[in-house]
Amino acid sequence: MTTRKEWPLWEVFIRSRDGLHHKHAGSLHAPDAELAIQNARDLYTRRSEGVSIWVVPSAQITASEPADKDSLFDPAASKVYRHPTFYTIPEEVTNI
Amino acid sequence: MEQAASNKATPMNASADHNDALFRYLLRLGDTSHILCHRLGEWCGHGPIMEEDIALTNVALDLIGQARLFYQYAAEVEGKGRTEDDLAFLRPERDFNNLLLVEQPNGDYAKTMARQFLFDAWNLLLFRALEQSTDARIAEIAAKAVKEITYHRRHSSGWVIRMGDGTEESRTRIVAAFEQLMGFTAEFFHMDDVDRQMAEAGIGPDLETLRAPWMADVEAVLAEATLDWPSATWSVLGGRHEGRHTEHLGYLLAEMQSMQRQYPGLNW
Amino acid sequence: MAGVEKPELVTAADEAALEVAFQARVDAETRIEPRDWMPEKYRKFMVRQISQHAHSEYVGMLPEGNWITRAPTLRRKAALLAKIQDEAGHAAYLYSAAETLGTSRDQMLEDLHSGKAKYSSIFNYPTLTWADIGTIGWLVDGAAIVNQVALCRTSYGPYARAMVRICKEESFHQRQGFEIITTLAHGAPEQKAMAQDALNRWWWPALMMFGPHDADSPNSEIAFKWKVKRQSNDDLRQRFVDMTVPQADYLGLTVPDPDLKWNGETGQYDFGAIDWEEFWRVVKGDGLCNRDRLDARRSAHEDGAWVREAALAHAAKKRATKSAA
Repeated sequence: MTTRKEWPLWEVFIRSRDGLHHKHAGSLHAPDAELAIQNARDLYTRRSEGVSIWVVPSAQITASEPADKDSLFDPAASKVYRHPTFYTIPEEVTNI
Repeated sequence: MEQAASNKATPMNASADHNDALFRYLLRLGDTSHILCHRLGEWCGHGPIMEEDIALTNVALDLIGQARLFYQYAAEVEGKGRTEDDLAFLRPERDFNNLLLVEQPNGDYAKTMARQFLFDAWNLLLFRALEQSTDARIAEIAAKAVKEITYHRRHSSGWVIRMGDGTEESRTRIVAAFEQLMGFTAEFFHMDDVDRQMAEAGIGPDLETLRAPWMADVEAVLAEATLDWPSATWSVLGGRHEGRHTEHLGYLLAEMQSMQRQYPGLNW
Repeated sequence: MAGVEKPELVTAADEAALEVAFQARVDAETRIEPRDWMPEKYRKFMVRQISQHAHSEYVGMLPEGNWITRAPTLRRKAALLAKIQDEAGHAAYLYSAAETLGTSRDQMLEDLHSGKAKYSSIFNYPTLTWADIGTIGWLVDGAAIVNQVALCRTSYGPYARAMVRICKEESFHQRQGFEIITTLAHGAPEQKAMAQDALNRWWWPALMMFGPHDADSPNSEIAFKWKVKRQSNDDLRQRFVDMTVPQADYLGLTVPDPDLKWNGETGQYDFGAIDWEEFWRVVKGDGLCNRDRLDARRSAHEDGAWVREAALAHAAKKRATKSAA
């Protein structure tokens, strides 16, 4: 069996139209950034799905640990005062 | 098929003569795009990696789109009720006027990319000139196609560079590919009466003017690929003007036209 | 997204607790994401299923690719190219989804090339006439859509998302096939005969695409438990028959099943017995095209090795020059 020499994996982010965020579209293999952009264009915008592309080597992404989910995200749930509905405003007052 | 435009044009048949030249000019454009599309279609499902398979098919789709626009316009100019499909599938080999370069078999991926780059570099210059055509329809087709061809050139030139400045094997292969193909590029710049007539009418460019910028582009890409200009000195003409092809086109057409030939006059 | 952590050492008791929590998430319809803890069996099961699906898309390019160079009109040629290109795209989405589980695409391709991994057996049948291209779009893509719509809610997030995208794109595939077959069925006698012949050859293999009866399908139970699958093979097959028979009627074509008839009580079509012996024979290698399909995939991969290596070598040189500068 030959040793595998696989093209590295890239994550692709597409802005579907101006004014919107780039959004993760998927991944692909490419030897370099230039071809990653071209491949992303051919793979993820065949039906006019985009106006801008970001590619990032998958290995360069640091992600939060699923095991940390509780400690990272649960504390936010109790901070109800961050939400406008926490505050009482007299009904007769409008435009607030 | 139509005979070559008569040299004895009189004012009375000047318009017919112009139409005939325009028709032939459009077929050259349509045939070249279609035959190259066909060759790229042969790669579909067999590319070196999935991503390239997809990229090549995109190029093929752009080319067939261009071919159809030229065939449709040609059919209208001819005015004999023929359709784009009649032009593509019912003309014999000697009536095909594609560039010899694009009918060459795919070979390995180096040969396919060398063929593509030599063509894309020229085609981009040609279509930029056609954008300025006095024929509004051609100018419109060219304006759309220039965007596509700009991308094709970017893709194929990238691969020439990767192969030239890649591994020993890729370098050997791409060098061999250019040696096998360069002699077909003479046709890019060779003018005949039809080309001259179109140039005079401001419909198409004087092809000779494309030579210097094309050589500069190819040289720059070869330099980045750490490659020398091919040493081959041979050159041939025949496909685009006279329908004198290499032997490869006959087989391509036999396959491509088989359905229409086997079942004449049916709708598909 | 890639990057699967090595599982930390966990005791059997931990593992059992994790598995209970995992199943609870599945039952609550929470999607499982790549870096979430999952039972090894689930990971393996998903890699197997998604890669098999990816292989089917990839190998599935070949029977249709067989007609690109002979497509009868320019319009058909463009549509066929676009459709087959989509299939490469779908294979790519699916390989990506499987890669998030920690198996590389090269490894999956190796398993395909060695015969270890399977792909849908339908693609081991040959495309003999232009009508086969229409019939593949109509029946094979039609059956695939029935299967795939059911997979859009599958429990593994990346797989479900890939399926949503694929389903959106596939709707044109079936329509282009049906348009071809309609043109033939309403065309000259020899075209109609061509369409009927294609239906005769593809009908039963299309029904087999839904897989064995659930009772004979060893993975069904676990697939239901993990919500990889939500409907039985037989239910999906029945839905396909009920959808497709009226279409055949519209075309004036005869479904090659003497036992096919409308059942007023069940509100469904009853249909004849599937020849499972043929199914297993073709799965195991005795179809007309099994060897050709694998040879084509292997040679494309092997012949492309120097291309892929050249690109890597060039990228490495570029990086070296950049860091030296």
